[in-house]
Amino acid sequence: MTGALEIAIIAGWVMLGLAFAIGFARLVRGPHLPDRIVALDMLALIAICAAGLQALATGSTAFLDLALVMALVSFLSTVAFARYVEWVAFRRRGQANPPPLEQADD
Amino acid sequence: MIDLVIDLVVVALVLGGTGFALVAAIGVWRLPDAMMRMHASSKAGTLGGSMLFLAVAFGLGDLSVAVRAVAGIAFLLLTAPVASHLIGRATYLLGVPRHPSQTRDDLDGRYDLARRICRAPEARRDAAPEPAEGDAGR
Repeated sequence: MTGALEIAIIAGWVMLGLAFAIGFARLVRGPHLPDRIVALDMLALIAICAAGLQALATGSTAFLDLALVMALVSFLSTVAFARYVEWVAFRRRGQANPPPLEQADD
Repeated sequence: MIDLVIDLVVVALVLGGTGFALVAAIGVWRLPDAMMRMHASSKAGTLGGSMLFLAVAFGLGDLSVAVRAVAGIAFLLLTAPVASHLIGRATYLLGVPRHPSQTRDDLDGRYDLARRICRAPEARRDAAPEPAEGDAGR
């Protein structure tokens, strides 16, 4: 481990933390349900990046397995959320007077 | 010498990967529309994750680690388009308003939500009263 790699890893932690904060702001703020799902998907991807960075920083291969498992779980959760949004759209199509889109995620 | 080259490659991959993750986050925050946010997160985020997996493969320099990293890259490249396509379809079906700069909707009136069928564009071309006008428009 040279000094340049340690500095790069610290800079990577700073950038990932900033990205997580911005993505979390979109998750809280997002006006509609798909915006929140996109933000959640991106937060899971930033967590995968953080696990890879930790594997690189500590030299432990367990964090690489953690990154793989998180990729799998984030894909499955995104598919489930997308199915849920399609179900919400299907239910809204059947309603005579659907609620506004900001409150479509009950 | 070769250690220095590997270290430089790992530093570049770490900075590039985290930088692309940050770019994805900024895109998700700044872009005005759910579809555009999905676009930013899927493409830049996948590239950032793949670069970090590559950095781990080069940095730890172990065969089993490299195999797992390549498997992770393949998994990201296989699942990210599927996930973003599903989110995009759900966004379209929910009818989230689009940004005013998006003027054209090719799926308009073609998607039957009750039967989950998207009609092909040929069906509308056959039903058009004047095919010559449709050809000119295309």
